[in-house]
Amino acid sequence: MIALPKTPRARREALEGYIFLLPWLLGFILFTAGPLLASFYLGFTTYRGDRSWPDWIGFANFTKLFQDDLFWQSLKVTVIYAVGFLPPGMALGFGIALLMNQRVKGVSIFRTIYYLPSVITGVAVAVLWGFVFHKEFGILNTVLELFGVTPISWLFDSRWIMVAFIIMGLWGVGDGMIIYLAGLQGIPTELYEAASIDGARRMRRFWNITIPMMSPTLFFVLVTALIKTFQIFTTAYIMTRGGPNYATYFFSVNIYNTTFMSLRFGYASALAWLLFVLIFLLTLLLFRSAKFWVFYAGEKEETA
Amino acid sequence: MTAGMEQVARTAGEDEGRKLGTAETIVTYIVILVGAVGLMFPFAWMLSTSLKPLDEVYSYPIIWIPSQIIFENYIDVFKKVPFARYLWNSFVLSVLGIIGNMAGSSLAAFSFARLRYPGRTLFFIMMLSTMMVPVWVTMVPTFIMFSRLGWLDTYLPILLPAYFAVPFFTFLMRQFFLSVPVEIEDSARIDGCSSFGVFFRILMPLSIPALATVAIFSFFFYWNDLLGPLIYLRSQLKFPVAMGIASFQSEQYANFALMMAAATMALAPMLVVFFFTQRLFIQGVVITGVKG
Repeated sequence: MIALPKTPRARREALEGYIFLLPWLLGFILFTAGPLLASFYLGFTTYRGDRSWPDWIGFANFTKLFQDDLFWQSLKVTVIYAVGFLPPGMALGFGIALLMNQRVKGVSIFRTIYYLPSVITGVAVAVLWGFVFHKEFGILNTVLELFGVTPISWLFDSRWIMVAFIIMGLWGVGDGMIIYLAGLQGIPTELYEAASIDGARRMRRFWNITIPMMSPTLFFVLVTALIKTFQIFTTAYIMTRGGPNYATYFFSVNIYNTTFMSLRFGYASALAWLLFVLIFLLTLLLFRSAKFWVFYAGEKEETA
Repeated sequence: MTAGMEQVARTAGEDEGRKLGTAETIVTYIVILVGAVGLMFPFAWMLSTSLKPLDEVYSYPIIWIPSQIIFENYIDVFKKVPFARYLWNSFVLSVLGIIGNMAGSSLAAFSFARLRYPGRTLFFIMMLSTMMVPVWVTMVPTFIMFSRLGWLDTYLPILLPAYFAVPFFTFLMRQFFLSVPVEIEDSARIDGCSSFGVFFRILMPLSIPALATVAIFSFFFYWNDLLGPLIYLRSQLKFPVAMGIASFQSEQYANFALMMAAATMALAPMLVVFFFTQRLFIQGVVITGVKG
């Protein structure tokens, strides 16, 4: 059990500790824990925002969800995006970090350039991409035409829209670069030296030293990227409003519309909780998988 | 590490290593350069479009460099919508958000990093786990709460949470405080300095780089944020830039020259801040990323 502080000095320190913690504690109750519990409750009601007490309907929202085409569509779209974006995003990001780790002249300028698109985000960038993808006057089609590709209607063709979103996502691929670079610089040089003395060639060194030593960093970036990818909103809201024909009706767009367009607060809460549980389970799955592929240098080798 | 790699190559066989090195360097350069040009292309395109007359925007084939550089598009943005007001609103929101995040997060971070009391570890774990909670889960009750308080169409719902120790920033500040040697405060404590004294007189002045990092991240958050203003703001004159452009876009969808001029103006402050504070930015990412 928690031991209470004994000396007057320790008691004073504890009191001060709580005083300094107060802003967080209040914020935690008011803006996180409270709303979290409230939305959990609302998920079992038909609440629509009026002043009367919400009607409890048990699991009805959740059973309704499974017959709701828009729910399935939003789930499908979100998963497709995550599957289409995360693997090339991770690979490209790591590849760029490896390139940027070389000692070539002007590398710091290039680091800035590669990092920039992941920092500069938001509405203005979504508007910009809306123009890049324009069928007649956008640059993407113009560049592709040089290679003989007929113009693609990126934003209005439900077969291409997801590709457009993945391209846009890959533009910000420098996001993990800084973290990868810090990780790469943390690999002890002796490992490479010892390996080359043993006659290990470059590819061998890459697979047997760089990859295992970087696996905790890769793991961290994957977890954060996954959480972020499942909540994509701004670009979809600005560029397509979920269209064409619900092809970019991401989970978050569905929650937003259910809340503020249809004012179905109870149903939206159920949706949001489902997203939360989904993200949580996927993260848990990743952590479970970690012991098979993430190598922690401090641990004894058990699995390998 | 790179130095290590060079040394390794030298021991492996001098001539072979060096020849491969040059060829590799050239290939590396080409790859990096092509990627960089590709990444900067949309920005260049945005700038070029914003400075073109409209008929050159809608010409086929595309005109890359405007025949003459005009600033009418920029002026038109200010004529069509209260864009100066949007910029000002974003500025106000950013400044107030920065102050809130610096104050709230450093207070809680000090408590987590330096003071001992029952339940500290538990609270810290609770804080870390809330970083995983999607905004969508708390959105509905938070919206109801703020609308019942009569705060719709004010900045309060958007700004207030910043003053109550946002977990990400609190974590960042805590990591920084932990890196400050305790000995520095010990002598002050012996001289009878209270925790408040230690915090304000010793830790805060030492934490300027970390506070600056918090400030930069909050600036980017508030400058970019769409969801908050979208949920809470109604009157156009209260819109920040992000929201302003979103509503502008739905009216002027076809006028790309105008839209690109607006986008350029919205992005410019972020670009400037990023270029001047890159080092702090990267430090922040590394502190919260790798040590987490």
